[in-house]
Amino acid sequence: MLAYVVRRLLLMIPLLLGVTFLTFAIINLIPGSPVTQLRANPKFRPEDAARLERQLGLDRPWPERYVDWLGKLARGDLGVSMHNEVSVADRIVGVLPNTLLLTMTSLVLALVVAVPLGVYAAVRYRTWFDHAASLTAVVMYAMPTFYLALLLVILFALKFREWGLPSLPVGGMVDARNGGGFVDRAQHLVLPALSLAMIQIGGWSAYIRSQMLESMGQDFVRTARAKGLAQRVVVFRHAARNAFLPLVTLVGLSLPGLFGGALIIENIFAWPGMGRLTIEAVGRRDYTMVMGTTLLFAALTMVSNLIADVMYGILDPRVRLD
Amino acid sequence: MAQAQGSNAAAGGLRSGVGRRGREREPGLGALERAEVRKTPGFYRRSWTRFRQNRLALAALVVLGLIGLFVLGAGLISRYVTGFSYSENHLADKLTPVMTDGYLLGSDGNGRDILTRLAYGGRVSLMIAFLSTFATLFFGGGVGLVAGYFGGWVDSLLMRLVDVLLAIPGLALLILITTLYRPGPVGLAFILAAVSWPGIARIIRGEVLSLRRRDYAEAARVVGVPPLRILTRHLLPNVMPLLVIYAAIAIPVLIVDEAALSYLGVGVQVPTPSWGNMLGEATQFLRAHPDKVIIPGAMIYITSLALYLVGNGVRDAFDPRLGD
Repeated sequence: MLAYVVRRLLLMIPLLLGVTFLTFAIINLIPGSPVTQLRANPKFRPEDAARLERQLGLDRPWPERYVDWLGKLARGDLGVSMHNEVSVADRIVGVLPNTLLLTMTSLVLALVVAVPLGVYAAVRYRTWFDHAASLTAVVMYAMPTFYLALLLVILFALKFREWGLPSLPVGGMVDARNGGGFVDRAQHLVLPALSLAMIQIGGWSAYIRSQMLESMGQDFVRTARAKGLAQRVVVFRHAARNAFLPLVTLVGLSLPGLFGGALIIENIFAWPGMGRLTIEAVGRRDYTMVMGTTLLFAALTMVSNLIADVMYGILDPRVRLD
Repeated sequence: MAQAQGSNAAAGGLRSGVGRRGREREPGLGALERAEVRKTPGFYRRSWTRFRQNRLALAALVVLGLIGLFVLGAGLISRYVTGFSYSENHLADKLTPVMTDGYLLGSDGNGRDILTRLAYGGRVSLMIAFLSTFATLFFGGGVGLVAGYFGGWVDSLLMRLVDVLLAIPGLALLILITTLYRPGPVGLAFILAAVSWPGIARIIRGEVLSLRRRDYAEAARVVGVPPLRILTRHLLPNVMPLLVIYAAIAIPVLIVDEAALSYLGVGVQVPTPSWGNMLGEATQFLRAHPDKVIIPGAMIYITSLALYLVGNGVRDAFDPRLGD
């Protein structure tokens, strides 16, 4: 197992190299630079542009800069932001917990709803509940994240306030006036996490339902029923255990999508996380920051795939990782 | 997860398929006579028969047809229904509510008629979605065919590229490219395709790996058919169902991707309308005029839902494992 994990981690290195090379090439092959935007300012002289470009190292060809960047990376240095000279690593470490808080909360939320929904729909196969659950799944699956988020804002933040009901905050992580206690933080988390979770619920519950249906038709479930075990025991101890195995992989594979969704959700809710940082950095053509966030997103994706595979190996003794 | 929904919906399709076949069988004819009388319908015809039995998908197809008419008739709507062009600003009539002063769905922040813009914007959004789907299939299918057929270093190189692209969250890559490049609608379609092709490439490659060892492919090689012809005449038709299924699944995703980018302001650029940038522009009035956000969003949602349902139907109808 350990050897497997180590090998997978080692395999990530060339892949991450590819990711950084590709990103670096894309950023630098497109005309323009962080300095270009300053040119709109009439007080900005051409000499200044040349000086700034030299300072940022942009006067050198990009393959050379890439090798430079890699060399620094090998020493654990992600460089400083081209926008404000803040250390890229510090900035990422500063906002990463916020993104993890958001994505993990919505992950848990999605599972807590999707699992019982899927299991119950399978147990009540072809009843009104099953049909309603399936319909909900389809309806949710096609929903664009940003539209759902905006609808939730309109209902729970704007309309609720209009109607004099307790409404939810929609901007940032804390309210400056409320001092950022636990309740305040939790309130700020509700809408973004809910928006992100609801998108997943549709697909996941449908998946669990179909896995459960397959599992319930197996011989060992029939045997369990024949032994006269209670329905609850048959469903949870026998059928569900098997049905949940592929779920581990599914959740692992959904994580990149979750981070992608966070890009938009963080933007809508002014959530100070990785997604917002990335969009901000891209807009400013802050090359070093973009490299840092892309590298991290790619690493998160790969690590979550690895975790999914390892978990699968641990949970299912039939699967051998080597 | 999409796979999962497909497989249980597929079970439904199979059941109804059996019922229909039973009814079609004419009693009183021997097997031989029947074989003379009835031509066996081809794969695509049988798929269509299966698709027609999925009432939800059929309803979604009708909805799509209506949306299609709406966007194709944009010029007529502008001329005869609303009387506005899509770029006409009426700064005196900013943010008119629905059904007031001749603005059937109201006007936006620049006093432009929303209904007219929806029709033209839909044209842009749908054009991008379809074009990028075709481009995705073309690149992805092509890479998959070549990698699977030739194998060796070509395969390794292409598949490592696929791995690299799949490791970056697609939306992050899209935002990166579009923000820096600011493409027009057609450029945007190709950028979407440039980011979406790896998925289908991997699927097609896997299929081709097994197809190229089939007798008919080997036979073609033995009699000296050139590789390009084997790829296009022997392998491509056999992966076609996979491509169709993938296209059906990809279109709603691409519609939403385009909308998301335009919503963030890095997709289709104003004044060219798209459903996404109409929604994005309207968010600044979210507090006072939520309807300006709800209307274009609803178009995106209805379209993506309809495309998704049709896609599900197509997948169930085309699933090669089902047969009939």
